[in-house]
Amino acid sequence: MRWRFSPARLFAVLSKEFVQMRRDKITFVMMIGVPIMQLLIFGYAINSDPRHLPTLVEMADEGPVTRAILSGMQSSTYFDFQGIVTSPEAGDKALRDGSANFVVVVPPNFERDILRGLSPEILLSADASDPTAVGGGAAAMASIINTAVTQTLTGPLSYAAGTPPPISVVIHRQYNPEGNTSINIVPGLLGVILSLTMVMITAVAIVRETEKGTMEALIATPVRPLEVMLGKILPYVLVGYVQTIVFLIASQVLFGVPFIGSRLAFFVGFNLYIVVNLALGFLISTVARSQMQAMQISFFTLLPTILLSGFMFPFAAMPGWAQAIGSAIPATHFLRLVRKVMLKGADITDILGDLTNISLIMLVIVAVALKRYRQTLD
Amino acid sequence: MTAELAISVRGLTKIFDGRKVVDDFDMEVPKGAIYGFLGPNGSGKTTTIRMMCGLLTPDAGAGHCLGFDILSEQNSIKENVGYMTQRFSLYADLTIRENLDFIARMYRLNSRKSRVSEALVNLGLADRANQLAGTLSGGWKQRLALAACMIHKPALLLLDEPTAGVDPKARRDFWDEIRKLSAQGVTVLVSTHYMDEAVQCDFIAYIAYGKKLIAGPASDIPGMIGLHTWRVTGPALADLELALRKDPDVGQVARFGAVLHLSGTDKAKLLALATRYNAEGVYTWVHKEAELEEAFIYLMTGVEDNFVSTKS
Ligand SMILES: Nc1ncnc2c1ncn2[C@@H]1O[C@H](COP(=O)(O)OP(=O)(O)OP(=O)(O)O)[C@@H](O)[C@H]1O
Ligand SMILES: [Mg+2]
Repeated sequence: MRWRFSPARLFAVLSKEFVQMRRDKITFVMMIGVPIMQLLIFGYAINSDPRHLPTLVEMADEGPVTRAILSGMQSSTYFDFQGIVTSPEAGDKALRDGSANFVVVVPPNFERDILRGLSPEILLSADASDPTAVGGGAAAMASIINTAVTQTLTGPLSYAAGTPPPISVVIHRQYNPEGNTSINIVPGLLGVILSLTMVMITAVAIVRETEKGTMEALIATPVRPLEVMLGKILPYVLVGYVQTIVFLIASQVLFGVPFIGSRLAFFVGFNLYIVVNLALGFLISTVARSQMQAMQISFFTLLPTILLSGFMFPFAAMPGWAQAIGSAIPATHFLRLVRKVMLKGADITDILGDLTNISLIMLVIVAVALKRYRQTLD
Repeated sequence: MTAELAISVRGLTKIFDGRKVVDDFDMEVPKGAIYGFLGPNGSGKTTTIRMMCGLLTPDAGAGHCLGFDILSEQNSIKENVGYMTQRFSLYADLTIRENLDFIARMYRLNSRKSRVSEALVNLGLADRANQLAGTLSGGWKQRLALAACMIHKPALLLLDEPTAGVDPKARRDFWDEIRKLSAQGVTVLVSTHYMDEAVQCDFIAYIAYGKKLIAGPASDIPGMIGLHTWRVTGPALADLELALRKDPDVGQVARFGAVLHLSGTDKAKLLALATRYNAEGVYTWVHKEAELEEAFIYLMTGVEDNFVSTKS
């Protein structure tokens, strides 16, 4: 029959969309520019190796080893000593109000206990609410102490430098026990960027047709809903590809984020994620009456994506209702998927569960979108 | 019966936000006719046309368009109907040629390239084919839109105020084109606010507040209303016009240059008035056949009254 799905018509819609995209220079620049911008801006927050973080010391003892440790910390450039606190309460307060990222606590009789081989504990309290900030310093602690020990426990004191280790380091991460690392945030950012641009661009591109009145003439022709839907969505899949490639390169070059898992798994996962976001954009376009509304609704969907997907806060630490909402968000599953693949070396069989979840969400969205998108102006 | 009718709809009703925008609307458009669709702003013309070509689902009513059911065979209707929207609805950021080409591809036309080129030549835009459609002047946009909706040579044209903002010469060309198409058997339903276009139609339907007030062959309309008109000439017409407007016996006063046309449905009262004035000898009153012009002005005034009475 003549009015069945026509690839030729789909292709016509596609190429029209590309021409329009090319002519709309500002949007085009935004599509590529926004992800780079976001990456750079977030780059400060996710800078995996920040230095000169304000540090306080609570000293209940003093001696050559303590001095060597403190000077080693200072010269590691991770820590920047700002002063001394005299009580645990004062240290906690400084961490809480953000005036310090670290508090080093040297316990009483520290020097004596080292020499007695009691392996006293030196405590590094860190404000881990910004886990990326404190990760580097915390990690460097062990080697700083090692160096300090080998420098000071020489000659007659060298007996104390052996086993058991003369000093044990206790790192106390406050406010964020899960301690997401910087590397954890980068893949999440990909989910957020893709979601923002894909949902918004699709919704706006479609609503623009309604707002400018071109939709009326378009659907007065024999074009089928599926042809319009695919024709408008597919060009932005390509945009999603470009964004992802730009993003992957930038995150590797600028932040040294590894990619150790299966590329195929990533490819499958991110395609699915792009499609689900485009479908969501399409759904929004069937609700929004103007480009402005489309934009606002898109931003509205962005909030849970950022807050409840595990991007901002550890998913496991969220209350039950928030987890329930989060589970319905594609980004939640995409985040897990990407972290597994990029950071934990997962392959396709490891992410089947996440793929299934995203597919289910997509089915629901597409079903609602197709139901709402009618070939009429009602 | 449907064989001779391009459009036949019954009881079309459309409700927007609880308001009956089109109310129990019937229309029969014979094949090959030029059918004028008139009515004041917001009377429901666009909504009716949209329902007839399958862009809106009526809340009640049924009918056929080119023999296809308007409720279930929208796809077939779309293949065979050319619909020109009231608002410019081509892509402003595509060129003239790209727009025509895109529409041609939607209809999957064979020999698309030559059809597009032909349309461009007919339109007189061949040398501007690569200009962006958004940069055309208002009148040219209308002409481009018309060319676009005719590119697949439809059997039925639904034109929603196609000549709004088009200059008189282009409008005449446009109507020449319409008559040519009609002679070839194309049916044209055209909505308009222009009297001079209405008089060119074979049939006319007048709609107000969603209800059809009158419909029929254009020449029968004045007779159907039962309108009687006098032509008045004389000095200081403006004063007379003011005086007559206050006279309840005179249905309607319209000024055509140095002539006043008085119309009303009550022939006896008007005749008495005419005799009185003619006796005074200042003004000359001559009875004439009511024409479409008077009929429309009469219809519109009637509608206003109707609206006032329903409101209060
Ligand atoms: N999508 C819609 N939602 C709500 N109301 C609508 C919608 N479309 C039209 N209307 C209302 O329906 C009424 C009829 O509109 P329509 O466009 O059919 O009038 P029209 O006769 O074409 O007027 P005009 O001569 O100004 O073009 C108007 O009051 C309009 O506000
Ligand atoms: Mg209208």
